[in-house]
Amino acid sequence: MFDNVWLIPLFPLIGFLINGLLGKKIKNETVIGSIGSLAVFASFVVSVITFLKLIGLPADERSVNVKIFSWITAGNFNADVAFLIDPLSCIMLLVVTGISTVIHIYSIGYMHGEEGFYRFFAYLNLFVFSMLLLVSGNNLLLMFVGWEGVGLCSYLLIGYYFHKKSASDAGKKAFVMNRVGDFGFLLGAFTLFWWLGQNHGVWTIQFTELAKNANLFPTGGVVTVITLCFFLGATGKSAQIPLYTWLPDAMEGPTPVSALIHAATMVTAGVYMIGRMSFLFIRSPETMMTVAVVGGCTALFAATIGTAQNDIKRVLAYSTVSQLGYMFLAMGVGAFTAGIFHLMTHAFFKACLFLGSGAVIHSMHHALHHIHSHDDAQDMRNMGGLSKKMPLTYMTFLAATIAIAGIPGFSGFFSKDEILWQAFANPLHGGLNTLLWLFGACAALLTAFYMFRLVFMTFHGTCRIKSGAEKHLHESPMVIVIPLLILAFFSVFGGYLGIPKLIGDVFGGIPNYMEHFLAPVFANANEYIHAHTHHGHHSHALEWGLMALSVVIALVGISVAYMLYMVNTDIPKKFTQAFPGLHRAVFNKWYIDELYDFAIVNPCKALGRLLWKGFDVLVVDGIVNGVASIVMSFGGVIRYFQTGLIYNYAWTMAFGVVVIVGYYMFK
Amino acid sequence: MDNLSSYLIVSAVLFSIGTIGVLTRKNAIVIFMCVELMLNAVNLTFVAFSRHLGNLDGQIFVFFIMTVAAAEAAVGLAMFIAFFNNRGSIDIDDASTMKW
Amino acid sequence: MDISSVFFALVTVVAVISALMVVLCKNPINSALSLVLTFFCIATYYAMLNAPFMAAVQIIVYAGAIMVLIVFTIMLLNIRVDANKKSTHQVALGSVIGIVTLLLAGIFLSRGKVSAPVGDITNAVINNTGHTELIGKVMFTDFLLPFEITSILLLVAIIGAVILAKRKLS
Repeated sequence: MFDNVWLIPLFPLIGFLINGLLGKKIKNETVIGSIGSLAVFASFVVSVITFLKLIGLPADERSVNVKIFSWITAGNFNADVAFLIDPLSCIMLLVVTGISTVIHIYSIGYMHGEEGFYRFFAYLNLFVFSMLLLVSGNNLLLMFVGWEGVGLCSYLLIGYYFHKKSASDAGKKAFVMNRVGDFGFLLGAFTLFWWLGQNHGVWTIQFTELAKNANLFPTGGVVTVITLCFFLGATGKSAQIPLYTWLPDAMEGPTPVSALIHAATMVTAGVYMIGRMSFLFIRSPETMMTVAVVGGCTALFAATIGTAQNDIKRVLAYSTVSQLGYMFLAMGVGAFTAGIFHLMTHAFFKACLFLGSGAVIHSMHHALHHIHSHDDAQDMRNMGGLSKKMPLTYMTFLAATIAIAGIPGFSGFFSKDEILWQAFANPLHGGLNTLLWLFGACAALLTAFYMFRLVFMTFHGTCRIKSGAEKHLHESPMVIVIPLLILAFFSVFGGYLGIPKLIGDVFGGIPNYMEHFLAPVFANANEYIHAHTHHGHHSHALEWGLMALSVVIALVGISVAYMLYMVNTDIPKKFTQAFPGLHRAVFNKWYIDELYDFAIVNPCKALGRLLWKGFDVLVVDGIVNGVASIVMSFGGVIRYFQTGLIYNYAWTMAFGVVVIVGYYMFK
Repeated sequence: MDNLSSYLIVSAVLFSIGTIGVLTRKNAIVIFMCVELMLNAVNLTFVAFSRHLGNLDGQIFVFFIMTVAAAEAAVGLAMFIAFFNNRGSIDIDDASTMKW
Repeated sequence: MDISSVFFALVTVVAVISALMVVLCKNPINSALSLVLTFFCIATYYAMLNAPFMAAVQIIVYAGAIMVLIVFTIMLLNIRVDANKKSTHQVALGSVIGIVTLLLAGIFLSRGKVSAPVGDITNAVINNTGHTELIGKVMFTDFLLPFEITSILLLVAIIGAVILAKRKLS
């Protein structure tokens, strides 16, 4: 039935091999770009076919393991290269391949004329390949391969401009931070495998098998340990507190990379993983609490930083961290469907925002380059009034911004509101619920504020670019604009796949497709919730009220932004002067990077230096040099036998022969 | 004449003469010729034993030794020529690059 | 003392003297010519051992091919007289080794006892069938694989010789 699923990851791999190995020879950008884009598009097509086939199955049979071949078999341990096709992986496949296709096409225009064009596309394809492996693998090990793969590719792509120190530093930072998380993932996987096998004789790392045996797990205890380890992995990959600092720095990569990392691949991995392991996470109240609190805090915390940044991409980066916080909040309160739904809608509008900002930067860069100015092309203070110059980009950007701000009718509203409602109404965390909701709501307010601040500063008002450059600003080529239009379309309408029951009922019972589709995946977890918690009933009025409140919050955020950055532009400056300390702290990202440097990086460096100077130089080098000098002095003695004269050798040989023959003769 | 011992004695004498030549001469080509002499002494032993034991294997062996000697002559002489081109002599004392 | 013994002694004298000449002659050309004479003596031994094919091969390969190559090289390099002085201690050492080798061989021979001829390939068989045919049969049945491998060895040697002689190190 799903025999050709293996084609999905294969196509990007082929694209990677062709571009990576032959790209330097091909040289032609159109060919390289087409190969890269076609490879991803082909796997998108296969994903769509797979999706349609899956839809055709009855709901309770929508979980199919497709084994390609046995990979590792050692004692009790079995790992296959096999794919799990179920609603969750199918949605991820569609999102990843779909958005990646669009980003690939966009990159053809954006990366035009860049040095190492082929390298870029090869990495992009490898990135997509790893991500597809991650979301479609049916066991922990295969998932981990993809997990590591996206980490590697993020390093390669963030450090794409490797001759720039800040870029290569950012790449390293991303890699190291991810490694910290990966360590957690590994520990979790080991513990899970070992505990289940040791105590219940079930040696497996396959997701479906694990889910089948979910009832063997106790509540809390070892499950808490395992899930916390996994969650550490998720925080690394999905940029949550405390491992989020790499994501804003990832801005050093080319903009399509940011879009790819932030929207379709990489950061969604953690959310996906929790969704995939939901049957396990739900069995540890402590972990669920941790996930929810970390998610809520990250959502709010990152949003505060986003309000004070001037770099257009940096604002978006913090917005991603914040939105990922929402997803984790959703996961933490047991609203797995809502989390995955938000993942999807976020993928659409965040990709659109990033690609839009890329178009702006591209245009700015071009214009500034024209007048030989060295102003920062990404600084919003240099922009303004771009809506007239780039109307299409502006329209798409605005659509995505409205979506992220949570205005009804746009995709972000449905998913975000669902999360907020679940945070408020979930039966898991008792008294903490209100606080979680409050965090989410404040973050929503700030999101609306800083996103519209970004729009107003970039596209409205007077043009602040250096005089002379404005006439060089112009709309991007079609290859860049069309992806924007596609993404904008989905940013607006993608939300209608998951209309909350409350609203759906009003419009004549429109079903929540998303929830129905994903229900089998999270059935186990949801059953557990029903069985172990007291489901308090909340009135519809309350839900309507909160929904209205979140709309009001969004509108307040937008109007404040309008007030501060359109009507009365002096206020921000005055505010900054009134609270210089606060502004400085927010502007400098609450000094978290400095704190990490102080508390972790520098001690590690000092330890490294100590080991280098103390252990390596003295002990290791001492041993090596000692061995070498012993050999040398010994050789100094016996080299007198090596005269270098041929007849000496001949004589010695003949002498040896005579001695040996004589020995045998007279013994 | 089928007396095995006399052939072996002759062979031993020729082999010893060859050994002395290899060890005392310095001209590489002469040394090479002495090596050939030693090989021939051994060949003689082989053939003598082969005849005495009524088995042809020894003579086949001689055949192979001749082949190896031919190959050796080709490569060895080529080396001498190369060496001569570099050093202007074929005295083995001049092959002293390895000398410390 | 029959005639064949006398002939054997005569050949042996020639062989030993010519072998000594190889070692003692100052001029390499003389050494080479003496070596040819030695090879002829050895071929004679082969003939006396009733191994005519080996005798023929000995003359063709050794006295013919290899010696021509050696003489050719000597003349090509224009080597006349061994100009370098021989170091006496080296000669002494070499001679000692050579003589000890001879002594060892002598002791070995004097200790052993020669058995009566054994095996299928007797003089009668050789005379009836022919030596060449016997050799050929063994060569192309039991020793076919080594025989073929030998051809590869020769090929390698030819290529090696060409490469070595052609390249001029500087």
